[in-house]
Amino acid sequence: MAHSVNFDSNPHYLEAGIESPADEEGVHNSFNQLIQEQSHDLRRQSQDIELSQLDLEEESRDNVPYLAGPAHSRAALPEDHRQVDPLIGERWSSATLRILSSMPSRTIGRSRGAIISQYYNRTMQLRRRRQSRPDIRNFSRSARPSIRGYGVESDEIDGEAIKKERLVNNLQNLSASDRVRMLKGMPLHLAEKRELRTLASKAGSHSSVLNQIPCCSQLKYYLIIALRQGWYSWLSFLSSLQLWQIALKRVSGRFGTGVVSYFVFLRTLLFFNIFLFLVTGLFLVVPQAVRPPVFNHTSDGPSGLELITGAGYFTNSLMYYGYYTNSTLRKSCRSETSLQAVNQTSCEKPLSYNMPLAYFFTIGVAFFVTCLILVYSMSKSFGQSFCIIKSKGILAMKAFSSWDFKVTKKTSIVLQSENICTQLKELLAEVNHGKEKTTALERILRLSVHMLAWTICVFGTVGCALGVYYFSEYMHKDLQDRARSTDRSTRSMLVKEASLLALPVVVSSINLLLPGFFNLVAWMEVYDSPSVRNYVSIARNLMLKICVLGMLCYHWLGRIASDPSSLGLQCWESFVGQELYRFLLMDFIFTLLDTFFGEFLWRLFSRRVLKRKRKPVFDIARNVLELIYGQTLAWLGVLFTPLLPAVQILKLLILFYVKKTSLMMNCQASRKPWRASQMTTIFITLLCFPSFLGSAVCVTYAMWSIKPSKHCGPFRGLEKMFHSGKKWIDELSEADPKLKWLSGLHSYLVENPLFLFIAATVFLIVIYFHTQVVDGQRQIISLLQEQIENEGEDKKFLITKLQSIHEQKKPFSPRRIRGASEDSSYS
Amino acid sequence: MGNKQTVFTAQQLDAYQDCTFFTRKEILRLFHRYRDLAPQLVPLDYTNQPDVKLPYELIGSMPELKDNPFRQRIAEVFSEDGEGNMTLDDFLDMFSVLSEMAPRDLKAYYAFKIYDFNNDDFICKADLEKTLNKLTRNELTEDEVRMVCEKVIDEADLDNDGRLSLEDFQHMIVRAPDFLSTFHIRI
Repeated sequence: MAHSVNFDSNPHYLEAGIESPADEEGVHNSFNQLIQEQSHDLRRQSQDIELSQLDLEEESRDNVPYLAGPAHSRAALPEDHRQVDPLIGERWSSATLRILSSMPSRTIGRSRGAIISQYYNRTMQLRRRRQSRPDIRNFSRSARPSIRGYGVESDEIDGEAIKKERLVNNLQNLSASDRVRMLKGMPLHLAEKRELRTLASKAGSHSSVLNQIPCCSQLKYYLIIALRQGWYSWLSFLSSLQLWQIALKRVSGRFGTGVVSYFVFLRTLLFFNIFLFLVTGLFLVVPQAVRPPVFNHTSDGPSGLELITGAGYFTNSLMYYGYYTNSTLRKSCRSETSLQAVNQTSCEKPLSYNMPLAYFFTIGVAFFVTCLILVYSMSKSFGQSFCIIKSKGILAMKAFSSWDFKVTKKTSIVLQSENICTQLKELLAEVNHGKEKTTALERILRLSVHMLAWTICVFGTVGCALGVYYFSEYMHKDLQDRARSTDRSTRSMLVKEASLLALPVVVSSINLLLPGFFNLVAWMEVYDSPSVRNYVSIARNLMLKICVLGMLCYHWLGRIASDPSSLGLQCWESFVGQELYRFLLMDFIFTLLDTFFGEFLWRLFSRRVLKRKRKPVFDIARNVLELIYGQTLAWLGVLFTPLLPAVQILKLLILFYVKKTSLMMNCQASRKPWRASQMTTIFITLLCFPSFLGSAVCVTYAMWSIKPSKHCGPFRGLEKMFHSGKKWIDELSEADPKLKWLSGLHSYLVENPLFLFIAATVFLIVIYFHTQVVDGQRQIISLLQEQIENEGEDKKFLITKLQSIHEQKKPFSPRRIRGASEDSSYS
Repeated sequence: MGNKQTVFTAQQLDAYQDCTFFTRKEILRLFHRYRDLAPQLVPLDYTNQPDVKLPYELIGSMPELKDNPFRQRIAEVFSEDGEGNMTLDDFLDMFSVLSEMAPRDLKAYYAFKIYDFNNDDFICKADLEKTLNKLTRNELTEDEVRMVCEKVIDEADLDNDGRLSLEDFQHMIVRAPDFLSTFHIRI
């Protein structure tokens, strides 16, 4: 054979000429069995024939259903004692078939022994990875025949009990969490796993204690056990919360994985906001609420408009930045009334709380932790859904991974079957006829239609952005005029408050109407595949939202913050916080309206007026982008409105139930395929990159470059917000001269841009290295695929050779075999 | 803990928790789901591990499995006797593998066994044909079924033996990221 067969998977050792037993892993012992049996066969032929007869009867009972269709016709002759093996379609004798059926690759799924030996090998690998090499004597000598050594190391043919013992031994020597993970991942019956666990932990308690006592003391050991128990009970508590488990189950039962991913995304956002709320609540709101600052309230009582505008009565409340004091809160005995401002220094307790520092660090730490969590979940999601190799097995994947087991409703299952049928037919047509050769003219036509659609969309986006720009400028001027006017009547105040709502209404209606317009434009385009269509619509929607948000950020941070006095504002941060609150609320109201009109009324309309049976379909991409937009607003607003996460939490809770009800009532499952895990990855990436990054950049800009207002908030009097940190470090170093290095360090690290530059460069280099690693792995995968194909060829070759050797050695005629079988049946 | 449950001993619950992907609460909830299928057959006290097997008809009537075209194969694969009659262990095993947290290899292993209708540890053409017919409720014509089977084996069979072994299947599943989310039953 021209192939160079290389059984040794580690060429390095081949060259070095060393065969270390520690590296012979992942080998089944039964290969040795094969060789042994074959050598036995050659020596003991008559017994072989007897056995082969018995096996024949056995296998003729078993093998008949194995035979595939085309083989059937060939195996019709009853006198022919040879069976057909689907491997090559040749006729094998039953002896060969017996050997074949005990081949390692065919026993993996069948016998427990093979699973146990496979997991023995895996636990051995894990042990080696976790600690230094285990003892040599713990390894069994491999039975892999190597070409170099003609000697086949004769290993004892291990019974299942011995293999099991070895596996238990390995399990004992793993750490508890590794052991549990191994156990959970084993494809054995639950009863057997429990048995393994009992065996492993019984003996394990001795050895693990013995292992640990030398290096840790007894106390530490118990502490570790206690921590582990605590961690398990915390996990149990978390999973018992199971927010909306039943609701998600019903939705998935009817609509499948795609729609459920929207609700799961909503739940994720809810948890992010709960985290933000807890952090800001604990460190900002509660301390300030306990020590409220003294304000001279205006005489206005609450009017109903506050809930929507967030202004008026709420202006000087805990909600906004302006409420927070810039002093250090002390637990003092100062009397409550403003008449006696007597500082009784004798009552001062050491419990002090530096509010500006707390504000600065809380926001910073909250953003940092959110960033970590986002990046972690994004990378995990990426890891699951990113395929290193370009997949060419589309039909196979469709056949095996497209059936959604979550769907339980009968009508949805029928629909799903229809969808899969259609998709398979389409794929088949595509594969059979190949890609239709589009003429050059058609391609140019399609391209021009695409360009036209994109031009329309870009112009629409730019037009809207400019519209927002000019309208915000107009509203700015209008507000300035009102501020200058001396009309203090209630009516004019109410009109002023209401006019604040104009900009949010305009922006929300743009967000509502324009994506629909983009969808209309996309109808005229022809796409290669539905997923490309999805991506394009997401991209256009995203572009619109980014432009509009960019304009708004400029409006707030560039226009309002730079000249707050022209608007008559004492506190521009509170004003911006109010704006964000209004935007969030308007977005919510418009989403509700859209759900009502878009789904409920549309269904009634299409039923009654258009007389169509089809209900509207839930547009997953658009709804998820709405969620991301709302979350961006919330992140932008945390600096100015520490209670905004609470508003967002309420909004998400209500939205969940409204959307779910509307979905169940008005929508039907989509007919188009939706690749859920890829889309989820894209959504998490969108949440991290434009959304979180953009809001982090805005907040950082606000903290680093904008002058805080002089009369309100925790940073009043400072030049920039981050100077509060600098001030604290200066105070520290003044109080304790030994800490001067800290202030030096601070000025070096934080204020010097070189540090950030170097950090960014290192980061980029690391990313580059990782992409190179991925490329290398791609190459290795293709090499391994080739190797597998070669091994398959080798296998076929060896089997045919064995068969021919076997036949040469026993040239018996069929008559004599039949005679022999009669003899053996009597014995 | 303070949970006064009398169904299992603490050791049993620990063992179940370590060997499946469920927490204690979920295991108890699943036990009650199991019991609800046949309250007169399943005792409330499992501390001495009674040998109770529910027939396939009851398992197949669960709302999560009722209309699933593969329910019989699922029950057969996870039952000890291969007929679909499940003990509590089999029941827990089944939903543990089909839960969200089961790793891909484990799911791929059992999915392979489910699609292997004739239990010969290979997915041959006949198995594929049966799978496709169940997926599409016999809506594809015979020709189309045959062509799809050929194409699938062509794409996924790496060692060229004309059918899919477990490794071929796992290799293909690695490239199908949707598998983890579709091979999942919420209970």
